[in-house]
Amino acid sequence: MKIDIAPRLAPAPATTVAPLLEVEDLAVRYASGGSVRRVVDGVSFSIAPGEVLALVGESGSGKTTTAQAVLGLLPANGAIERGAIRLDGAGISRWPEKRLTALRGARISLIPQDPTTSLNPVRTIGAQIAEILEIHGERDRSLIRERVLDLLSRVGLEPAEMRAGQYPHQLSGGMRQRVLIAIAVALRPGLIVADEPTSALDVTVQRRILDLIDELRREDGTSVLLVTHDLGVATDRADRVVVLRNGAVQEAGPVRQVLAAPRSAYTRQLLQDAPSLATPRARPPVSGATGIALKVETLVQEYPVPGERGRLFRAVDDVGFEVRAGTTHALVGESGSGKTTTARCIAGFLRPTAGRVLVGETDVACLSGEPLRQFRRQVQLVFQNPFASLDPRQTIAGIVEEPLRNFEPIPKAERERQVRAIIERVGLPDSVLTRPPAALSGGQRQRVAIARALVLRPRVVVLDEAVSALDVTVQARILELLDELQQDLGLTYVFVSHDLAVVRLIADTVSVMRDGRVVESGATEQVFQAPESNYARELIAAIPGMTDEARKAAE
Amino acid sequence: MSRHLAQRLGQSLLVLLAAFTVAFALLQALPGDAVLIKFLDSTMGLTADQIAELRIAYGADAPLWQQYLHTLGNFLSGEFGYSIRAGVPVARLLAENIPPTLLLASLAFGVASLLAILLAVLSQLGFGWVRGFARSMPPFFVAVPVFWLGIMLIQVFSFQLGLVSVIAPEPWEELILPVLTLAVPISAPLAQVLIRNIDTVLNEPFVAVARAKGATHAWVLWRHVARNALPSTLTMAGVLFGELLGGAVVTETVFGLSGLGGLTQQAVANQDVAVLQAIVVLSAVAFVAISLAVDLLLPLLDPRLAVRPAGAA
Repeated sequence: MKIDIAPRLAPAPATTVAPLLEVEDLAVRYASGGSVRRVVDGVSFSIAPGEVLALVGESGSGKTTTAQAVLGLLPANGAIERGAIRLDGAGISRWPEKRLTALRGARISLIPQDPTTSLNPVRTIGAQIAEILEIHGERDRSLIRERVLDLLSRVGLEPAEMRAGQYPHQLSGGMRQRVLIAIAVALRPGLIVADEPTSALDVTVQRRILDLIDELRREDGTSVLLVTHDLGVATDRADRVVVLRNGAVQEAGPVRQVLAAPRSAYTRQLLQDAPSLATPRARPPVSGATGIALKVETLVQEYPVPGERGRLFRAVDDVGFEVRAGTTHALVGESGSGKTTTARCIAGFLRPTAGRVLVGETDVACLSGEPLRQFRRQVQLVFQNPFASLDPRQTIAGIVEEPLRNFEPIPKAERERQVRAIIERVGLPDSVLTRPPAALSGGQRQRVAIARALVLRPRVVVLDEAVSALDVTVQARILELLDELQQDLGLTYVFVSHDLAVVRLIADTVSVMRDGRVVESGATEQVFQAPESNYARELIAAIPGMTDEARKAAE
Repeated sequence: MSRHLAQRLGQSLLVLLAAFTVAFALLQALPGDAVLIKFLDSTMGLTADQIAELRIAYGADAPLWQQYLHTLGNFLSGEFGYSIRAGVPVARLLAENIPPTLLLASLAFGVASLLAILLAVLSQLGFGWVRGFARSMPPFFVAVPVFWLGIMLIQVFSFQLGLVSVIAPEPWEELILPVLTLAVPISAPLAQVLIRNIDTVLNEPFVAVARAKGATHAWVLWRHVARNALPSTLTMAGVLFGELLGGAVVTETVFGLSGLGGLTQQAVANQDVAVLQAIVVLSAVAFVAISLAVDLLLPLLDPRLAVRPAGAA
C-alpha cells in the first residue's frame, strides 16, 4: 500500500519567491509645534507571501509608526521623508489617498491594539463587518448578510445570527478582538498588519486569539506583519524578527537564530530582561526568624448588582493567605479574578463584607476614621500607571513629601532631608526634585511612586500591577530595585499581577485567583514546576515565549 | 423600559412641584402685592378701607399656606386665575401669547441647528482657510449681544437695503430678522460642542479601523463620526431650546412682536403675580418636557444608554 505523505512545508528561501511587501530605507518624521522629529530612520525589511514577520521594540522604537506607514495611515503631522514601500512590486508610499483607499481592507488590513475602543460603540457587530464589504463595492444585501454570518462563525462567534445583532459593549474584550479579526480577514488580503493585537488581553485569551490569527492566515496563505513589544509573542508566532530601537533596525533574522545568537548588544539586553525568557533565579531564602507580617482570613467582598435589587455579586470569595515579613506574596489572575479587590481590602480602601485582614496585630477590616488614617502609614500602595498616579501640578519633591506632612510633625529641614534620602535610595538624581512628573520618563515616574510609598517606612507595600505598563528593560530595572529595597529595608510586598512570568521572578509565594477564589497557592517555584490545578496549568502554558520543555512540563 | 419611564415621569413631576413652590415663595417675598400697586394709584381715589376690602376679595389677606394650597389646587385643575392688571383670565393671556413665541423659538432653533451643522461640516471638509473660518465663527457668535444684533439687522436689511419691510410686513416677513437674531447666538454653543465632539471622535481607534477598511474621509464622517458626536450635542440643544422659549424677551421687545417675552416683561413691571406664576410653571413644563424627550431619544442614538431589562446579562 502506498501512503502519500505531504511534504512538510518549509519556509521557502527568500531569494526564489518575490516578496509581498518590501520596505526599503524608510524614514518617517513628525512635525509638532516648530520642531521636527525623525521617528523612523532607514528601516528596511521584506515579507514573503505567507510569512509572519515580527517587528519588536519598546515604546518609541518606531514600530507602530512603521506599521502605520505601510497602511498609509500616518497621523496628520507625520510624513514619509524618504524610502519606499512596495506591495507586490508596486511602490505604494507615493500613492494618492484615493488609490490607497482601494488597497486598504482589500489587500492590506489591520488588526488593532485595543479591541475595547476599536469598534464603533453605536453600530452593531454585523454592520461593522458588513461595512468592509460595502466599502469595496458589494451591493447585494443578502449576499453581504450571508458573508457576515460566515465570517462570524469562522472566528468562533456563535450563534452568528445573534452576535451580528449585538453591540460592542455586549461583548468581552476577546470577543471584540475576534470581530476585528473577522473584519481583517473578510476580503482575504495578502497582508495583515497586527499592531499589538493581544497586549490588552488576558494571557489565556491572548493565546486563543493568537492561535486564531495563526489558523486563519494559514488557511488563506496570508502574510502577517506582527508589531509587538513582547519578545515571547514574537518567539512563538513569527518566522522572522526585526528588532527596532529609536527608529533604526538593531537586528534582523530568523527567530531561532536571533534568540540563540543575538548579534547586537541591545537584543541581548532585551532577551535578558524579558521575564518570560529569563531563567528564574533562585530567590534567597528568607533570613532570620521573622513573623507573619500580613494575614488574610476568609475574606469576602460582595457588591450589589446594578439594576437588580437584592442581588449580590461576590467579587472575593473566602480568600485566605499569610505573608511572612520580608517576603513577597503574589496575587495572580486574569481580569475579574478578584485580585485587585483583595489588594484594596488589604490597603484599607474597601471594607470587606466578611473576614479579617491582619497587619501585625491590627485587623484592618475593623478600622475607620482616624485610626484607619493612622493605619495607612503601615500599608502603602504603588499603582500600575505612573502617568496617572502622580499629580501633574506638584513637583517631585512635593509629591514625595506629602505623606510626611500628613503624618509627621517634623521640621521642614528634616522632611527635606528624608525626601532627598529616599529619592537617592530609589536611584534618581537630586535634580528631579524640582521638576514636574511630566519631565520624567515612565520608569523614573514609577521610581517616584515607589519613593512616595516608602517615605513613611511602611511594613507592607501593595504593588498593584506596578510594572505592567513599563517596557521590558525598564521593568527589569524596577524589579531589581524592588528586590534590593526589600532586602535592605526588610519590606513585605503584596504583588498583584496578571503577568505570571514577572511573578515568577519576584515572588516567594503565590496565590492563583480565579472568579474570586484562590484555586492554588504555595511556594512560587513549586506552583510553576508542578501546578496542581487545571487553571494554573492553563495559565502557565499560555505564557508566551515559554520554552517548549517548560510548557510540556506544565501541560 | 416602562419602569424607567415611570421613574423619569415621577422625577419630572417633582421638578414641576419644586418650580411651582419656589416661584410662589419668591413672588410672595416681593414687597407689596399687585392689588396695592394697582389700586394705590391716586387717580383711582380709593380709600384705605376700600383697598382692604379689595384685598379680601382677591384673597390676598389669607395665611400664606392657604394661598399656596389654593393656588396649587387651581393649577392642578388647570385654573390659572386672573391677571390683576388686565382683569382677564391668565389662561387667555397665555393662549394668545404662546403660539407666536413657540413659532419664533422653533424657527430660530431650526435655523440655529442648520447653521451649527453647516459650520461643523465646513470645519471638517473645507480647505484650510474655510476650516479656520468655520472654527472661529462660534466664539464670535457668542460674543455678539442680542439687542445690538437685532438693531443692526433692522438697520442694514430694512432701512439701508430695503429688503425686509418694517412697516406693515407680511407675517413671514415679520419673522425673518427676529429668527436670525435669536438663531445666531444659539447656534454658537451648538456648533462648538459639535465641532469638538467630531474632533474627539476622529481620534478614536475605531476611526482608524474604519480607515484601514478602506473608508474615505467623507464615509468616516458620515457613517461613524456623526452618530457618535450627536448625543451630547442633543443634550445641549434641549437646554438651549428651553431657554429660547422663555428667553425671547429682548428679541420680542426690539422687534415689537407680541409673545411670552412681552407678557413676562409687563407682568414683572406690574407685579402681576398670577401671570408670573403661570409663566414660571409653564417654562418649567417646557424644560422638563424637552429634557424628558432628550432622555428618551438618547438611547436610540447610543445603544449603551439603553436600560437593560432586568435579568439580561
